[in-house]
Amino acid sequence: MSDDHVYLSLAEGHDDSDARWAFGTGFEDPLHGVDQSVPEGTDTAQLAAYCLALGDDALVSAQRLAQWCTAAPELEEEVALANIGLDLLGQTRLLYARAGQVDGTGRGEDAYAYFRGADAFRNVRLAELPNGDFAFSITRLLVLSSWRLALFERLAVTTSDPVLAAIAAKGVKELAYHRQYAAEWAVRLGDGTEESQRRMRDALAAVAPYVDELFAETGESKAEVLAVLRQVTDAAGLAWPEAAPVPGHGRDGDHTEHLAPLLTELQSVARAHPEATW
Amino acid sequence: MVTTLLDARRARHIAAQVPDPEMPMLTLADLGVLREVEVGEDGTVVASLTPTYSGCPAMAEMRAEVAARLTDAGYARVEIRTVLTPPWSSDWITPAGRAKLAEHGIAPPGAAPRGPVKLTLSPIRRTVACPRCGATDTEETSHFAATSCKALWRCRACREPFEYVKEI
Repeated sequence: MSDDHVYLSLAEGHDDSDARWAFGTGFEDPLHGVDQSVPEGTDTAQLAAYCLALGDDALVSAQRLAQWCTAAPELEEEVALANIGLDLLGQTRLLYARAGQVDGTGRGEDAYAYFRGADAFRNVRLAELPNGDFAFSITRLLVLSSWRLALFERLAVTTSDPVLAAIAAKGVKELAYHRQYAAEWAVRLGDGTEESQRRMRDALAAVAPYVDELFAETGESKAEVLAVLRQVTDAAGLAWPEAAPVPGHGRDGDHTEHLAPLLTELQSVARAHPEATW
Repeated sequence: MVTTLLDARRARHIAAQVPDPEMPMLTLADLGVLREVEVGEDGTVVASLTPTYSGCPAMAEMRAEVAARLTDAGYARVEIRTVLTPPWSSDWITPAGRAKLAEHGIAPPGAAPRGPVKLTLSPIRRTVACPRCGATDTEETSHFAATSCKALWRCRACREPFEYVKEI
């Protein structure tokens, strides 16, 4: 069997091909058929808000990563950043779907992604900062993936909601790859040329003030995450900078001026054609 | 009862033949994404699928295809469920699936890591044999490739690039 035949076989027997190659609207429900019940005694408003916040972190990060397409230094890095973004988009879809089940509104993923303004987003501000240069994006990815990995490892065993636990357990495997990728680049750049090292130092200085915000609700994983970040900066010949945190918190809807334009772009097609399916 | 068991076996066989939309040399059973297939007392077939990665864009199509084939085979009521736990592992790719991957120039995965995820900054040594010439003098060119589940490698012996299914 040649490879051509294998791929051609996909085109066979599809007269009613509605379900094929269409991954836009009309394909909601990534939790199709998953048991929706919520354990007794759960604070549903809190659970929904938490799923939403974790989904917002991932959606905004995915959008920033997608913005590297056609702009990355090498094709392989473009593929990598887009792949990482796709994993995060998948986590977003699952988390939004769970939020809609739990908050009782039955809203689907598109309602959360496309029809909320910046004030309603609860992502951490580090995720929304512009991409900057490759060193900044890599440093941000290192911090966010290390934090989210530690958070998801914990959630997978501590949350009483079985759906959130399953989403977290699945995400752990993906985030481990994201962190590995970012850490290797951070070392390569920090331990590289004078120019790449200068850019890494600038990136660390720009990211550090937004790190405290990540631990506002989960202080217990801070030491664990900082140990990973120091492991990387040590190997890269850099120092993890001490920085005063920027006041405010994305989880309170307090965002930088960069989130609204990001969402305008992300939401433009869905808002221009709210009834469209494709 | 006996009919139901036989029916379940037949339903599973039908669902198991559906090709993966992104790696069509594999069936959903080869890939390990088809979990349970059960037939209820009333004849409803319940087939459970699990995504390889959270962002796998092919889930909707897999669902539609499994449902369509079961309906064509005469099952009037078909229900497809998504199973998230336990999360998919590349260890679930069957031996037949691994052989088919290699035959089509894609290196099958090694054993998936277990336990807490450690960050390793020294180069990670994996022995990945080139699926074309069999040489083990190979190197990774990118952690990520055309689909979520694969990485890009190249063979230093025959100089061919190839894809490698990541172990997760």
